[in-house]
Amino acid sequence: MKFASEFRDPVAARALFSAIARMADRIGASRDRPVHIMEICGGHTHSIFRYGLDKLIHDGIEFIHGPGCPVCVLPMARVDECVEIAERPGVIFTTFGDAMRVPGHRKSLMQAKSAGADIRMVYSPLDALELARRNPGREVVFFGLGFETTTPSTALSIQQAAREGLTNFSVFCNHITVPEPIRALLDDADMTLDGFIGPGHVSMVIGVHPYDFIARDYGKPLVVAGFEPTDLLQSVLMVLTQIAEGRAAIENQYARVVPEHGNPVSLAAIADVYERRPSFEWRGLGEIDASGLRIRAKYAAFDAEEKFGIGYAASSRNVPEIEGCCCGAVMTGKMKPPQCPQFGTGCSPEMPLGALMVSSEGACAAYWQYSGIRAAE
Amino acid sequence: MCLGIPGRIVAITHADRLMAMAEVSGVRREVNVAPVAGNDLEALVGQWALIHVGFAMALIDEEEAAKTLQALQDLGEAQETLEQMASSAEALA
Repeated sequence: MKFASEFRDPVAARALFSAIARMADRIGASRDRPVHIMEICGGHTHSIFRYGLDKLIHDGIEFIHGPGCPVCVLPMARVDECVEIAERPGVIFTTFGDAMRVPGHRKSLMQAKSAGADIRMVYSPLDALELARRNPGREVVFFGLGFETTTPSTALSIQQAAREGLTNFSVFCNHITVPEPIRALLDDADMTLDGFIGPGHVSMVIGVHPYDFIARDYGKPLVVAGFEPTDLLQSVLMVLTQIAEGRAAIENQYARVVPEHGNPVSLAAIADVYERRPSFEWRGLGEIDASGLRIRAKYAAFDAEEKFGIGYAASSRNVPEIEGCCCGAVMTGKMKPPQCPQFGTGCSPEMPLGALMVSSEGACAAYWQYSGIRAAE
Repeated sequence: MCLGIPGRIVAITHADRLMAMAEVSGVRREVNVAPVAGNDLEALVGQWALIHVGFAMALIDEEEAAKTLQALQDLGEAQETLEQMASSAEALA
């Protein structure tokens, strides 16, 4: 590991690694009896691999990679539904580029596009709105995907479409929320989690209080963290310090960006446009109570699920995933990516079988990119 | 994909729609500033914001902007975002 060149502030990083090691020793963490810390956000997972933090940190700290990568937890059935909508005559289907290569049972959106469907990668739902304005004779559908960082963007876009009276714009809402899967993982008897690194930019929208139950009901610490490697290390140290002191609290390492109560405008837009579904399906994790959002009835005119009669609400449950794909076990920390029999052979970033290999935030893609493991070669 | 990228707001373009021009790593892109608008839109001009999928989600100071941009460049996220902005221009064509 080229330590000095990898870190912008190697002095600070070294000091943090030392402090973490001292604290890990103090609580008796070792390779055989590690402290399990889950980083919830896929951006943090990417950062941990990019800087090799999992290798450089004390042996007694084990990172468990959480479910915070939207395309990684997207069930194949949702991809199938996207393809089905995109193949309808007259539809322009718009999506973030991240979703293009996620495999479906029949095809991915990328494959559907190659086969002639009008599917366009956009940077923002605002661009889908603009497409709707410019193409009044076409139905423009935006694939609403992502956690609370992204949810305000589609909510504000729907509000704008309503103000303009657009009739050819809709959102295929598959937004999901961060706190609920954490509760599900904490309720899973097979999981051992000692603390959490909380997502930075999701928390800039929702604030820190939606995580309160993690400390209050489960007695586990969570520290909201920024994205620089020193932010992550600082946050790990804060988690360990809580464990050493026998405390469990929600702390904010990233207060320079994350307000305690989040962003009021974004939260108001989410509350106006969306309501919780009773439950929602997660790839690898199954059904989780109250973990997904749907568009409220007052905005039904902008709801692709209503417009096309396609979506989670209308789908049959338990559509099987691809055989041999272990994304679920990896996602719940029960398996490391290289332990999956498909890793590097049946599944690679070029030909992904499972979603964890698609996104740079997915644990498998990150292992592949940075660990130098090339099982296929 | 839940990351915001730092950009500087350089002008208000459509006050009624809360739209502004932002400069992200030298690339200009119209963004919605509703989440950070407050009462005085013009006061946003010159400020740095974390921009996520075309929306200014939080105001940050210049030093934080520089550090965040560096971290995102190290992860390849900044380049990816700029590519997405370019592909969007194509989609609208």
